[in-house]
Amino acid sequence: MSKAMEPDLQTPLGRATGQVAKEPAKQWSHPSNHWLRSFVLDNRASLGTLAVFIVMMAVFMIANPTVFTTWYLYSSVLTTLPVALFVVVPLVFVVTCGEIDLSFPATMGFASWVFALVVQAGYDPFIGIAAALVTGTLLGFLVGSLVVYGGLSSLIATLGMNFLLRGLIQIINEGKSTALTGLADSSAYKIFSSQVWGIPVQIFWAIAFVVFSALLYNRHRFGAQVKVVGDNPDSARQMGIDVKWVRVKVFVFVGIGAAIAGTFSVMINFTWWPTAGDGYLLPVLASVFVGGTPTWGGIGTVVGGAIGAVTVSFIQTGVVAAGLSGFYVQFFNGLIIILSLLGHKWNQARYR
Amino acid sequence: MGERIIELRDIKKSYGQVYALGGVNLSVDRGEVVGLIGDNGAGKSTLIKILSGVVKPTSGEILVRDRPVSGWSAARSRDAGIETVFQDRALAVQQTIVRNIFMGRELTSFMGWLKVDKEIEEASRLMREIGFTSKVFTPHSIVGQLSGGERQGVAIARAIYKQAELIILDEPTTALSLTETAKVFHFVRQVRASGRSILFIGHNIHHVFDIADRFVVLDRGKVALSADRNEVKSAEDLINFMEDVAHPGGLPGLHEDAEQGA
Repeated sequence: MSKAMEPDLQTPLGRATGQVAKEPAKQWSHPSNHWLRSFVLDNRASLGTLAVFIVMMAVFMIANPTVFTTWYLYSSVLTTLPVALFVVVPLVFVVTCGEIDLSFPATMGFASWVFALVVQAGYDPFIGIAAALVTGTLLGFLVGSLVVYGGLSSLIATLGMNFLLRGLIQIINEGKSTALTGLADSSAYKIFSSQVWGIPVQIFWAIAFVVFSALLYNRHRFGAQVKVVGDNPDSARQMGIDVKWVRVKVFVFVGIGAAIAGTFSVMINFTWWPTAGDGYLLPVLASVFVGGTPTWGGIGTVVGGAIGAVTVSFIQTGVVAAGLSGFYVQFFNGLIIILSLLGHKWNQARYR
Repeated sequence: MGERIIELRDIKKSYGQVYALGGVNLSVDRGEVVGLIGDNGAGKSTLIKILSGVVKPTSGEILVRDRPVSGWSAARSRDAGIETVFQDRALAVQQTIVRNIFMGRELTSFMGWLKVDKEIEEASRLMREIGFTSKVFTPHSIVGQLSGGERQGVAIARAIYKQAELIILDEPTTALSLTETAKVFHFVRQVRASGRSILFIGHNIHHVFDIADRFVVLDRGKVALSADRNEVKSAEDLINFMEDVAHPGGLPGLHEDAEQGA
């Protein structure tokens, strides 16, 4: 717009100024100038998840104060939680993009298998990690291309790929696991899987990954385009965004995350199983939605997803540690998921 | 008139057996307002989609500043300085005003990281220019909370951001109130005054007659009339002409029913 036409444009386009007076009740939904208020409004999904987590932990602590003040409990959760975080966070991107990926457990198994093979062959674990990352990237690209360029439903196609890849692993390995005893002496193990001040070092890598992904989601062109594509793919196409390529990229991101997760889980156990990753399917999916990312695409929260993963991984440990029998675990899992969804529904307005 | 911004030569578009456009020639020069009119199913929307690169023509040639282009796409169209305000406004309603204004054209520094502050600053400036003076809305407001006219404002702000040479307005006054419609006309005149071009698609012939320098009447996928303003005496002339071509003595052909959108 040139300077010459500016003076005439100071009158409102609609009746925006008139509406201020007419709709004071709507005022709450507009971002306020106060930083705390806008912070709460912008992050209400992840703050809601945090509230659910705090309440849950409070209940556990009241039920059994002695166990919940011992460090061992937290240490064991902090060892396994990072594995879930590496896949929960990329899945937030996928769900925001309006898709779903159920193939990540097999990708975890496949990429960590490559890692195990490389390490077993006597190469440095760093080379194994690089090989696993390449495998994860390629598998993510394969799954994404199948869904996007093949025009398939991501729900069904990724479920099929999960069975297919897992079946392939099982056929070749015939159910046999691989022990990697030499791993404990390697420098890669010290960097990625040891302890610092008694804290499992995995959690620091996972936190770094979550922070990086949150920036990618909120402050990078990739995140911006993922949200727009999930929100309105037709508009994104009309504005010149390569919608298909953005969709493929989110599947590649899951592949990379799954490769890291699989590698970490092998390094924790010093053993690769042909079933590696299988147990993560449902807890990881639950974490994404408990975290406050809605199913319909366009919006989501990386930090909320991470808090969701913390919540889900504490349910199992917490229920048992609180003195209830293991039979209660599934019940509480379900309860937390349903309560979280109800909470988020009340929290999120869906615009069309 | 001055430089030719875009020219379509013998553009055909068929959906299966059905021709939506059967050889259309159309050009827009710098600084002119072209009014494109036509009945439902005349092929207006298809033509707009081809100009904006969303739909690829079955055959025909597209020239940008007298140079033939290949690999025409929505991104190429925008790069060539053509911005479209689509009839459905093409907004992502769960996103903020900033994200919509910079949709597909994010301001980034190294490696694709967003220049968040710069985007907010530019969005605020654009909103002021468009007339978003209300304090209720900030660049962070969610588009889904805005009224129809305000959403149109966001779509227009997006179109003017990059100093586009040609702005295509597809039925911009549909579903707008009288004051909002007046605002759109005001905007059209200002864009012309700044030496840029507009392709204005309208249902209401009186509206189009009021602001266009040249009229193009589309009928069943063909240009039925292309006339300068001084060749047409009144809006009634245009209406009569359109009735003549539309009903030369019988019902319109069946093929226009399959045209999508319109």
